[in-house]
Amino acid sequence: MMNLLLSAEAAIEEVDLSIGQGLSYSLLGIAVVFAMLLALMVVIKIMGALLGDKPKKADAAAKVDTAPAQGGIPAGKVPAPGSLGDIAIHDVPEKTAAMIMAIVADEMNTPLNELRFKSIKRVD
Amino acid sequence: MLEILQRIWESSGFYQAGGSWQGLVMIVIACVLLYLGIVKKFEPLLLVGIAFGTLLTNLPGADIYHMEMWDAFLDPNNAAYHSYGTILANGGFLDILYIGVKAGIYPSLIFLGVGAMTDFGPLLSNPKSLFLGAAAQLGVYMAFILAIVLGFSGNEAAAIGIIGGADGPTAIWLTNQLAPHLLGAIAIAAYSYMALIPLIQPPIMRALTTKKEREIKMEQLRTVTKREKIIFPIVVTIFTVLLLPSVAPLLGMLMLGNLFKECGVVDRLSDTAQNALMNIITIFLGISVGATTVGERFLTPETLYIVGLGLLAFCFSTAGGVLLGKLMCVITKGKINPLIGSAGVSAVPMAARVSQVEGQKANPSNFLLMHAMGPNVAGVIGSAVAAGFLLAIFG
Repeated sequence: MMNLLLSAEAAIEEVDLSIGQGLSYSLLGIAVVFAMLLALMVVIKIMGALLGDKPKKADAAAKVDTAPAQGGIPAGKVPAPGSLGDIAIHDVPEKTAAMIMAIVADEMNTPLNELRFKSIKRVD
Repeated sequence: MLEILQRIWESSGFYQAGGSWQGLVMIVIACVLLYLGIVKKFEPLLLVGIAFGTLLTNLPGADIYHMEMWDAFLDPNNAAYHSYGTILANGGFLDILYIGVKAGIYPSLIFLGVGAMTDFGPLLSNPKSLFLGAAAQLGVYMAFILAIVLGFSGNEAAAIGIIGGADGPTAIWLTNQLAPHLLGAIAIAAYSYMALIPLIQPPIMRALTTKKEREIKMEQLRTVTKREKIIFPIVVTIFTVLLLPSVAPLLGMLMLGNLFKECGVVDRLSDTAQNALMNIITIFLGISVGATTVGERFLTPETLYIVGLGLLAFCFSTAGGVLLGKLMCVITKGKINPLIGSAGVSAVPMAARVSQVEGQKANPSNFLLMHAMGPNVAGVIGSAVAAGFLLAIFG
């Protein structure tokens, strides 16, 4: 907050620049933004390695079941778009499954990537 | 009796209205902005406030905002130089509200609310999206150079350039520090173009990508633990403020708001930051920024240049993000859909929604929203860093 007040107190000096100076400031500016966000990416990667969930060994049972399902829609485990883990979809188009997941996330007021859906099955 | 009636007539706004045609034009502009906000729903939360501030400040005789008082505030040779006391003692209602803008309080508090509403999970699960947030700052620097070419000073060019960050509070914060006389024009340009993102971005996205690229389905995001989400705002604050101290007010507040949200022990504060505080500050910010659009100062060729440069800034930022997205698509052998690059322009969450919509147009089973949220929130950090850099150079 002190920074804010001090900067408000400082007199504004007009700085006239040539096009060459403008170009060099621009290159420097974009380089600074990239450098900062690159450094931040490294920090996040380190954080993820130290604090993130360790990847579990692939479960043999989770392998895709290639048996065709009714209506030509394959039954099997596919990545659940935007949510955690895989999901088994039975007789439901992928688009409908994604819509169901989005509605559940919205109703529960929880981000989709924090929910784990195990299966969506059509019940007639 | 006649003398009293004449005095009442002379003190009325109708009598004074003849003195300034610019004021009348600004009243018309205010009504157009109100129409856009209310009927067309262009960023209504801010645009309605800004437009009403414009209306109030240009109504003759209202006397609630005094441009000359703020000129004196900035004039080192004036007795009222940097005297908030003079403003408080002699200012009108909007002069007093404007102190919050002048001191940089409102934009930072808006960032507190934004932080409390933002989920950094997609960014944490895919840190590479930070690059897209950086590339989408291209428009900031392109508009900066073009403004220099058009004869603006370095300070003014920096303030105009930051429109390309597509982040209203950041634009207001930086402009107030570097070129306060351009605040009204820059704020209106920034918020208008943010509202127009669904119209501005798609043609550029489609022009720069092939159908095959737009159809790419991205892999699911990894799980982000609660611990990561709690530690992230603390680490980012320490790291970025140590590297670039001038970003402290904006990024500090953004990360504090996010910590409120994620730590889970201050739900009441998080709720206040997201709702009550955010709404109150939005009212104050909108109306006091609108108050700066006094006709005599606003209706100048400079304003038209700013409006044009702002549009170019948005276009270049979108192109920067998409082009880096294409490069990342090539490097990762088609694992990244370049459409998520355009979301790096900040403007949360509208830009991410545009990526989702365009992705689904190309491939109806494509769900890019969560993937685009990574670059989107990276854009908020990127534009704050860009603003911090410009402030460090010209402040």
